[in-house]
Amino acid sequence: MTGKQKILYFITLHRTGLWVTALSLLLLLFPLVEDNPYTLGITNLIAIYSIVVLGLNLFIGYAGQISLGHAAFFGLGAYGSAIATVNFSVNPWLAMVIVAVLVALVALLIGIPILRLSGHYLAMATLGMNFVFHTILLQWDEVTGGPSGFSGIPSLSIGEYEFWDEVSLHYLIWTFAMLALLFSLNLVRSGVGRGLAALAGDETAAAALGVNTRNAKVKVFVLSAIFASFAGSLFAHTYSFVSPDSFDIFAATDMVIMVVIGGMGSIWGSLFGAALITLLPEWMDLFETYKDFVHGGILVLVLMFLPQGLVTGLIDIGKTKLALRRQKDAEA
Amino acid sequence: MLKLENVSKNFGGLPALSDVSFEVPQGLVTALIGPNGAGKSTLINCTTGVLQPSKGTVSFQQKKITALPAHQVARLGIARTFQNLKLFPRLTVLDNVLTGLTCEGGSSMLMAMLRLPYLRHRERQLKLRAMEALDRFSLSDKADWPAGILAYGDKKRVELARATVSQPDLLLLDEPVAGLNAEETAEVGEQLRLLRSAGHTMLLVEHDMDLVMEIADQVVVLDSGKCIATGTPEEVRRNPLVLEAYLGRMEATA
Repeated sequence: MTGKQKILYFITLHRTGLWVTALSLLLLLFPLVEDNPYTLGITNLIAIYSIVVLGLNLFIGYAGQISLGHAAFFGLGAYGSAIATVNFSVNPWLAMVIVAVLVALVALLIGIPILRLSGHYLAMATLGMNFVFHTILLQWDEVTGGPSGFSGIPSLSIGEYEFWDEVSLHYLIWTFAMLALLFSLNLVRSGVGRGLAALAGDETAAAALGVNTRNAKVKVFVLSAIFASFAGSLFAHTYSFVSPDSFDIFAATDMVIMVVIGGMGSIWGSLFGAALITLLPEWMDLFETYKDFVHGGILVLVLMFLPQGLVTGLIDIGKTKLALRRQKDAEA
Repeated sequence: MLKLENVSKNFGGLPALSDVSFEVPQGLVTALIGPNGAGKSTLINCTTGVLQPSKGTVSFQQKKITALPAHQVARLGIARTFQNLKLFPRLTVLDNVLTGLTCEGGSSMLMAMLRLPYLRHRERQLKLRAMEALDRFSLSDKADWPAGILAYGDKKRVELARATVSQPDLLLLDEPVAGLNAEETAEVGEQLRLLRSAGHTMLLVEHDMDLVMEIADQVVVLDSGKCIATGTPEEVRRNPLVLEAYLGRMEATA
């Protein structure tokens, strides 16, 4: 191998790692270039949603299931951290972990019965779950603060260092997001990930290949709930205030839209989907006012023309074209 | 190796299989034939745990597997292909074959997320084995193609590669040449012969009589859910019951 071939080989072999490193470097330098707190606030929100969407994409895109209820797990994380730190003065880091464990248990208890359902029935069941959770947030006001929300949530801190300004939050939240990204990328490149992809393709075939389909679905559901819970905790500590609006069914469908835009089973696409849907209202006031219409419209258009999702759909078309062209070249 | 004893299956009172018993001996190719609706697919599904038999037992290597779910049957070393292809169209050809090694990839989600060095090493080994399997079926130049865009004959071969990559003890093939043209049929037939000479035990469900007569060591004939004959291809071909079930009916419909 020549030097150039060696370099190319190294790049192909480690392309995922290199992409992750490149993105990390970019994020490391970003606050030096862009120090507008408003902009950083938005990119931080993108990072928080990315964590939820990465988990949800494993469940929807990889395991081939559907959930219209992940705003509930996101909300459980947020309210869990809020209540634990304010009412019980638990250390925020510890609270984050305890809440994630509790959310995992809740997801397990809910997941075992409802993941026997599939398709529309599963969509309805998860939607119902989100409705119930949102109603509890609104009605149980002595604990949740009701419709007016829950305020006074402390910032996260290490020793004396507090994560309260946008720049420090940027590093904190993106660290979590990059870890979520790395875990997801690792998972889908493993045998477990291929088992999930098989599950999304065809359950009978997956079982015939040795995938414990029922078990695998529940596991991914729990995993995605844990991701959502951590994102929720970060959300609560970032804004020091949470209200039920952030966790209603529209929030839940927005998360699904982010997955669909990014593409079913596309890990990198998840970041793109989270970014696009978070940024849209910032770009145009029109989107702000008619947000739900616009999001609904995007969802319908993407599902009609690229049912695998925007990014994945385009990549699939590219791969097919490339393969066919290479065959033509080989024949010529 | 695989033994069925008095296996019956009813669908809401309608018997699809009644008292079927036969054995698949190690190292031989057993063909399961029968007219449409004879219960062949039901039998395969009852063997692989997709369906539970209403009555009777299925045992594999002296172990009772009647009540096991499909994924556990697969883990014991029974691989299968499907009558209507079940490839994963969006995965690449290589990844499709790799799914055939799911049982060996380790099943801990946590370990997979951390991607520890031993997993990376194992992953490389699995990839090498999958590439070897693709080589055997002369598909290596299409390894990175999305499986969905392959021609039908190629898809059939990918499915065979996926089913054999784990070196299963028993291979169940549900109509491997259905829908293929003469040339492709000859090609798949050649591959099945290679698998047989490599010592694979196979249970082959097939309509193509030329193929069955050529590569089967033993033929089991099903008709209306009953096993009406068992024997060598020659014996079965001369069996009057079989002639009636098959040819008689064919003449009647012709």
